[in-house]
Amino acid sequence: MNEFFAMGGYAAYVWPALAVTAMVMAGIYIQSHRALHAREVELDALQQARAEAEPEESHGAET
Amino acid sequence: MSSAFHRFANPARFMRYSAVILPWSLWITAALIAVGLYLALFVAPADYQQGDSVRIMFVHVPAAWMALFVYTNMAVASAVALIWRHPLAHIAAHGSAPIGACFTLIALVTGSLWGKPMWGTWWVWDARLTSVLVLFFLYLGYIALADAFDDGAKGAKAAAILALVGFVNVPIIKFSVEWWNTLHQPASVIKMGGPSIHASMLVPLVIMALGFTTFFVAVLILRMRAAIVGAKLRTLQIALIERGA
Repeated sequence: MNEFFAMGGYAAYVWPALAVTAMVMAGIYIQSHRALHAREVELDALQQARAEAEPEESHGAET
Repeated sequence: MSSAFHRFANPARFMRYSAVILPWSLWITAALIAVGLYLALFVAPADYQQGDSVRIMFVHVPAAWMALFVYTNMAVASAVALIWRHPLAHIAAHGSAPIGACFTLIALVTGSLWGKPMWGTWWVWDARLTSVLVLFFLYLGYIALADAFDDGAKGAKAAAILALVGFVNVPIIKFSVEWWNTLHQPASVIKMGGPSIHASMLVPLVIMALGFTTFFVAVLILRMRAAIVGAKLRTLQIALIERGA
């Protein structure tokens, strides 16, 4: 197992390379996911507020 | 042809289809990267010259391919946005840019970490490395330009033109290792006469590249959905303000 982590003496290069790849990919994924989620929450709240403020204007055609 | 084109360019339809594709693309990404990493770290042999440092290749090369693939995608989407003014084309190009910048950053950093033990230096100002650094700045320039205008349509147009002009860099990167002397090794997979790399390394490399591609699809869907929801949000906010006034 230690031999595996030693990477034939290149551990100081192989593991950081994999770590940077994982961090950058996780970073863009999490940022994109959060941005979408935040906007969906805001849109839902706004649509609900509009429906409550003017119930007579809400009609079945809009889905 | 053009009717099929229009069918997919409809934002409402995109929202329906992408909701189905998104979970699939995430699961396929997880499976491909798990299998690819297992083969890359445990099954593929150490290189006879480079030892275990060659394992950096399994993230470096797919990331570099994606850097070019995503830029090409962005340039095509920008052309479609300029010529046919499809509502989704600019959203696709704009959503691609940060993902492409991330892949380019990964290619640059992992390449540096591979270059230090193999070439004895973190960086050289040769054609391949410099042209990839230019690609990174093109991505950043595109993002900055697209968001620099108060009028979103103007920013979209300026950024689309930058994406098209910058496309000249893509073939320069691809052929830089043949046109100029460089420390960087020449292509060993996508070249005339077929790959010159052994299957035990080629298979994990291709699996990782496919995993990175489905990852790109998943993140692009997230970013395009966020842009469409954001547009809906703005329309609604303006309608509320007008009604209130």
